[in-house]
Amino acid sequence: MMTGSIRKHDESRPKPIRDRLWWVVSAPSLWALHFLACYITAAIWCEKASHPEQMSFLYALITGYSVVALVGIAAVGWLSYRNFRRGDPPLPYDFDDPQDRTHFIGFTTFLLAALSGIATLFTVLVFVLVGTCD
Amino acid sequence: MSTEEQTERLLKAWETPRGWRYWSAVNNSEVGLWYTLTAFAFFLFGGVLALIMRIQLAVPDNNWLTPDQYNQIFTMHGSVMMFLFAVPILEAISIMLLPEMMGARDLPFPRLSAYGFWCFLIGGIFVCGSLFFGVGPRGGWFMYPPMTTEYQTGVGPDIWLLGLSFIEVASIAAAVELIVGALKCRPPGMRLNLIPLYAWYILVVAVMILFAFPPLIAGDLLMELERALDWPFFDADRGGDPMLWQHLFWIFGHPEVYIVFLPSIALVAMIVPTFAKTPMAGYGWIVLAAVGTGFLSFGLWVHHMFTTGLPGITIGIFSAASEAVAIPTGVQIFCFIATLLIGRVTKSVCLLFVLAGLATFIIGGLTGVMVAIAPFDYQAHDTYFIVGHLHYVLVGGTIFPIVAGFYYYYPFVTGKQLSERLGTLAFWLMLIGFNVAFFPMHLSGLWGMPRRVYTYPGGMGFDLPNLISSGGAFVLGAGFVVLLWDVLRPKGKQPLVKRNLWNAGTLEWSGQVPDKPWGIRSIPIITTRYPLWEQENLLTDIDEGKFYLPDAEEGLRETMVTSTVDAEPMQCLRVPGPTFLTMFAALFTGGVFIFSTYHWWIAAGISGLLSFGTIVTWLWTGTALIPEKATKDVGRGLTLPTYVSGPSAVGWWAMFITMLGDMTAFVSLVFGYFFYWTVHDTFPPTEFDGRSVAGPGVFWPLATIGLSVIAWGSVIAARHLNRRDRPVGFYLSLTVSVTSAGLAAASLFWGPYANGMDPTHHVYSASVCVLVLWTIVHLVVGVVMLLYCGARRLAGRMDATHDADIVNVTLYWHFLVLTVAMTGCVIGLFPLVA
Ligand code: HEM
Ligand SMILES: [Cu+2]
Repeated sequence: MMTGSIRKHDESRPKPIRDRLWWVVSAPSLWALHFLACYITAAIWCEKASHPEQMSFLYALITGYSVVALVGIAAVGWLSYRNFRRGDPPLPYDFDDPQDRTHFIGFTTFLLAALSGIATLFTVLVFVLVGTCD
Repeated sequence: MSTEEQTERLLKAWETPRGWRYWSAVNNSEVGLWYTLTAFAFFLFGGVLALIMRIQLAVPDNNWLTPDQYNQIFTMHGSVMMFLFAVPILEAISIMLLPEMMGARDLPFPRLSAYGFWCFLIGGIFVCGSLFFGVGPRGGWFMYPPMTTEYQTGVGPDIWLLGLSFIEVASIAAAVELIVGALKCRPPGMRLNLIPLYAWYILVVAVMILFAFPPLIAGDLLMELERALDWPFFDADRGGDPMLWQHLFWIFGHPEVYIVFLPSIALVAMIVPTFAKTPMAGYGWIVLAAVGTGFLSFGLWVHHMFTTGLPGITIGIFSAASEAVAIPTGVQIFCFIATLLIGRVTKSVCLLFVLAGLATFIIGGLTGVMVAIAPFDYQAHDTYFIVGHLHYVLVGGTIFPIVAGFYYYYPFVTGKQLSERLGTLAFWLMLIGFNVAFFPMHLSGLWGMPRRVYTYPGGMGFDLPNLISSGGAFVLGAGFVVLLWDVLRPKGKQPLVKRNLWNAGTLEWSGQVPDKPWGIRSIPIITTRYPLWEQENLLTDIDEGKFYLPDAEEGLRETMVTSTVDAEPMQCLRVPGPTFLTMFAALFTGGVFIFSTYHWWIAAGISGLLSFGTIVTWLWTGTALIPEKATKDVGRGLTLPTYVSGPSAVGWWAMFITMLGDMTAFVSLVFGYFFYWTVHDTFPPTEFDGRSVAGPGVFWPLATIGLSVIAWGSVIAARHLNRRDRPVGFYLSLTVSVTSAGLAAASLFWGPYANGMDPTHHVYSASVCVLVLWTIVHLVVGVVMLLYCGARRLAGRMDATHDADIVNVTLYWHFLVLTVAMTGCVIGLFPLVA
């Protein structure tokens, strides 16, 4: 089998973002930003706030971060889900076809979005359960 | 042109140098092999140290070793295993295998790999050698200050800091090489969904190295500045804080655990399908696991610091992330087990080691989940329970899979097979020895035996578990002796194996036996994940040169560059051949670090100049060369450019990736500044120790930003003018940028200097000065790069169409201007709002 439509790479051909490599890491990046934001905010709060025990302002911030992060992750997950569901090409998806590639990126990104969602919820849960600087 | 003549020419281009010139080789097969053997030698050294410790600990109240010797030995054991064995061997194996798995002739920067190897060898010998002079480091593999700053005055910690930083630079070089290799040097048609799983893992790991090592390098820099120049970063009396080191170390240290684990698992991911005779189940799931683990592992570092009195919330966040990382880790193990269950498994030593590795790692993972729960960790911290846990993870996750890899890939390298009989013997010795040695450590730990003690009193219940441990360690050691013998014993009479002897499906097995130096006869079109199983006639077509680049008309070494996602052909890349330059460059660079350890500044300076000269020669003669023709027919009617610049060029990617790592180190230093801000009530302080604490002022830092923006603007202008072929304008804007960059550096220095800042006074002064120092060095490098570009154009080595040099330098400048802006704002403006 020596087929395969090999053509030269063409910069000018448009490529949707969902066919790009960084799309795969977008959900975990949101997790990372959320994680860092929570950690840094909490650390500064516990060291610098005049009344660290009154946590309502901290909670408002964390809620804000979490809504943004979770909505973002959910959106990535949803778009990717549609990507790998669309058209239902025949299984398995491991050949040299642009559709297989799109399917793969969609599927992996979807899984990563799910994982990032869970991990983000884990972080949120800590604020719900621990809720103290001591 | 007959095929025989083509074959001849191709062979000639890729010929391995002979005689003493052999050591000038830069091809991935040679460098990868040297690298692997060297790393393995360091492993044996670390193993001998381990056995020495076990002899000492076999009986209570033993005084065979002095406490000081013991301290050096356990520190060296941990450091050698982590820095000189675990990370390097995985990079080594990847340098050797990755191009072959992707049907590439070589990695994109062969000389960089060679340079990395020589740095590793020199640095490793230097660090290990200290032990024989009784001056080895004694702070444990994580070197906590203040013990390693105030209480250890010898050169030990300096050897550790400088020697290992030197090697970390080599690790980052290999990471750059592997990332660009995995993204840009795939065969045509190998889209993202067809990449061998190994390459996915290596990609993730290399990116992790890029973000994990720089914080440690930043930490090393801070500690060395404290030790050599008395800048008080970790000195609590002058506002410093040892906790910053712990943060920086573990931001590196935890990902490190996964950096050594994932590539071993990558080997498993290649071995399992071969012996199950079926493609890996859940390819997408495994990619999820690799990428997910890569990310999550950066959110765990504080679990090494649970006992340092951090806020409850912080502990909670990191404890939760530590539990979350178990999910992706579990997923991939399930995929492996599923594949083995679906397939028709053939028995082999290789698979035995894989299974032993998985089982051992799972046990280690379970104790890991235990210690990730903070209250349990309060009990187990710093006891032998931890020693037991970490060895289950490391040996199960790293050593057993690597041994499996040795059995699997030995024929790939030598054309001979290791003995299954000896292998079985080694396997049982290692498996039994390991468990007998390390299981009792959990018990002695729970019973209260602390780690890092040179002896213990009898009658406390530690006697028996320690004796058993020591016995087990020697059985384990015997297993490695058997392996070593099998690897080294002469196999002259043994017949060569047949091609692709395991009947594997991936491209690295397409090599002939005995193998030829060209990597692959012609670069194939890939349409499946297991091309040797699923693509008909592939081997014949490769051998007959029916694919790309079957010839070397110009006698040059060539490979193909393809696009990141879909692997569409983009360039015919000429890669450089053998040279001794890289070895000399490494020697001289090593000199800088080694002489600095002993504060022989003049020797270090000379060595630095020599290293600079060698590296410039290497770049000048070996990179961005103007080819004799603009395009080349690579076969099958495809014509590709021989020179590209900008984001399509591998050099641009290398610069971009390197600068990401560089930025990470810089951000770590900025993190330090803000870390001190959080721990102090007033930061910057107004007065300390009876003297007022000076700052850099506002004007000079802002002036620096302004000047750098001008410099940056004219760099961009220079790039444009060069492309439009306006030499006068080009040299003019180059001059403007060099001048303003020089002025920027001067004004950045002038602020702190004129205000009388004393970096030894208070940690505030020190943290400002380190940012200034970092930025000035980067400005100077930026100026040197510009001068280099000017010289290139003057010499006719760069012109309007061949402008890779100035394009890459512009990219550097984008990062540089960001660095300057951050430094200026932090030191100049932040004090106003603090
Ligand atoms: C060959 C079998 C090995 C034996 C018998 C062994 C034995 C030991 C012992 C007894 C200690 C504790 C020293 C102490 O706390 O006093 C230790 C520490 C350690 N080992 Fe191993 N080890 C072996 C292999 C490895 C491997 C393969 C790795 C990593 C890839 C490794 C990494 C470490 C590290 C990081 C430490 C901590 C050092 C420190 O406390 O600073 N070991 N080992
Ligand atoms: Cu950890």
